[in-house]
Amino acid sequence: MAKQLTPEEAERHWARSKGLMWTTLSVWFVFSFVIHFFVDALNEIVIIGFPLGWYMAAQGSLIVFVILCFWFAGAQNRIDEDFGVAED
Amino acid sequence: MSNGRDFTSNLGRIYGTYTGGFIGFVILLAVLEQVGVPDRIIGYLFVFFTIGVYALIGILSRTMQVSEYYVAGRKVPALYNGMATAADWMSAASFIAMAGGLYAQGYSYLSFVLGWTGGYVLVAVLIAPYLRKFGAYTVPDFLGSRYGGNFARSIGILILFCCSFSYILGQITGTGIIASRFLGIDFNIAVFVGLVGILVCSMLGGMRAVTWTQVAQYIVLIIAYLVPVVILSAQQTGVPLPQLMYGSVLQEIQNLEATKPALEGAKAFMQTPQNGTEAANFFALILCLMIGTASLPHVLMRFFTTPSVREARRSVGWALLFIFLLYFTAPAYATFAKFEVYENILGAELGTLAAIQELPRWVFIYGNIDLVKICGANAVDAQAVLSACQAKGVTMLDHANFSIASDTVVIATPEIAGLPYVIAGLVAAGGLAAALSTADGLLLAIANALSHDVYYRMIDPKASTARRLVVARILLIVVAVLAAAVATTRPGGILALVAWAFSLAAAGLFPALVMGVWWKRTTKEGAIAGMIAGFGVTLFYLIMTRYGGMELWFGIANISAGIFGIPVAFLVTWIVSLMTPAPSKEMQDFVDAMRIPSGATLMEEKA
Repeated sequence: MAKQLTPEEAERHWARSKGLMWTTLSVWFVFSFVIHFFVDALNEIVIIGFPLGWYMAAQGSLIVFVILCFWFAGAQNRIDEDFGVAED
Repeated sequence: MSNGRDFTSNLGRIYGTYTGGFIGFVILLAVLEQVGVPDRIIGYLFVFFTIGVYALIGILSRTMQVSEYYVAGRKVPALYNGMATAADWMSAASFIAMAGGLYAQGYSYLSFVLGWTGGYVLVAVLIAPYLRKFGAYTVPDFLGSRYGGNFARSIGILILFCCSFSYILGQITGTGIIASRFLGIDFNIAVFVGLVGILVCSMLGGMRAVTWTQVAQYIVLIIAYLVPVVILSAQQTGVPLPQLMYGSVLQEIQNLEATKPALEGAKAFMQTPQNGTEAANFFALILCLMIGTASLPHVLMRFFTTPSVREARRSVGWALLFIFLLYFTAPAYATFAKFEVYENILGAELGTLAAIQELPRWVFIYGNIDLVKICGANAVDAQAVLSACQAKGVTMLDHANFSIASDTVVIATPEIAGLPYVIAGLVAAGGLAAALSTADGLLLAIANALSHDVYYRMIDPKASTARRLVVARILLIVVAVLAAAVATTRPGGILALVAWAFSLAAAGLFPALVMGVWWKRTTKEGAIAGMIAGFGVTLFYLIMTRYGGMELWFGIANISAGIFGIPVAFLVTWIVSLMTPAPSKEMQDFVDAMRIPSGATLMEEKA
């Protein structure tokens, strides 16, 4: 049966969830936008033929997004478990 | 599939067998081709066999239970929901047009690659788990409950309809184009063949059938996408890993651009935004596509089908991984095609028939179906090229006199690599799977909004289960036939309409969905005003810039119209919410309950 949180516990649970949300969205923001501002500078660096600026837009950011989604799912689940509100 | 538990616990074995069977089928066709079975028969076998399998899954998954019909009984494991979401998401545009767009526009087109993947981070963090906990059947269902009543629900339905209907027209047209190109069927008939393929998958089993069909379609489309370019990479670089090996090809393209006379003045493949306006458009498009992804109802509703909130979050990760497999391959396709054109076609002598006949064979194959133009004329044969170029006084083929339709890149790769026809047939089957699976999801999103939100919630809340399912199926057929009928008129600018769907969904739905979860103080009036304002501003910009002759604001192309609508929607929602009385205690408790994964869904439905 689901555990009932006291209002204070619910508040703390939500505060931590919000913290995780801001962390995750900051990483998302950096790899969606910030890094691509520097594409010309990054293109000076070439790795196995790939100019780094191109590589980040074509693969690098995408890999970060995939990892970020799985990492977020795990981190949010740990928060839920700490408060005993994860599903069985 | 009558025994649900047996089925879900055996998924790995079932889809493993299916994948093996499909590979065996491709090998069988390859053998048939070698013993002399004509290409056209191979093409037919491909299309009809795959559609037959999807139909079989659809029929086996028929159901008479409301929760099975709307949310597949909420027992789709994260991994499989991820595959189904990937198929739902990747349309004919992703499969066929994305590599072509990259070929034509190079770096600036990577905004699509970024926008159509990064949006899933927003889905996972901001929206999907909460809607899953809420327990809605549709997106308007959430709006109706959170924002007290049918007015918010109706606006949600209207926005959903605007976004999804234009999108489904694009898919049905895509089905028609693929079927007519590969099978030589008339376009109008091909559209209705596709329609039957879509309906048998969705009508009897609703979401449950669409889910298991989409998993099967994902497997076909990803195999079909990867095989040609993996072989091409092995041929050109010796390593069958196109996504890593195309780096060296990028270098060769840069060298050719610097040295080859035929490429003088061509826009560099890797040219980055050159000024403020170009950069603003690049980033605005990324933002609109990402937020649009996180608002499109046919995507969000896939996450209503998982067994738990935890699985819903994980399943976003799986979905993105499966999408990533295709999206990080698309630039490799574009790069290999670019190299082929730069190396083997541009710079060719056009002075004599004999010289023109030296051009690669695929140029004429696709010239014959209006996809490759040399000197402004279709490259039907050497004589046609010679006359067109002599008329223009062109003796050497340069970049300005060669053009290739953007659909062609993926489709032509098998021929560029000199592969047998069976691989081309495989690509056609993959493109068809991509178009059909997206059409299934969209059709269900529209029909469910009409049957669940309009009919059940607004017209007849006392309707019996049997009656609701009958209405749902009738509406499904009506919407499907309507979409096919509109598609056969081939309305102009479908691609533009599809691109618009992202901005409209982003500005119309995203603020109401996100603030409904993340800001308890959001009121009914605030959300309604925000949806209308955001959707209105976006629609105004789209229509006025395209048809009304209005100047672009700050030079932002109208595909990114949401960049104006989204902030307006957030701002209006915020201000109007603060001006109106706070939501009731019950509503605030309701939001609190939505934020905690454990416990029953908030909208428990009687079976």
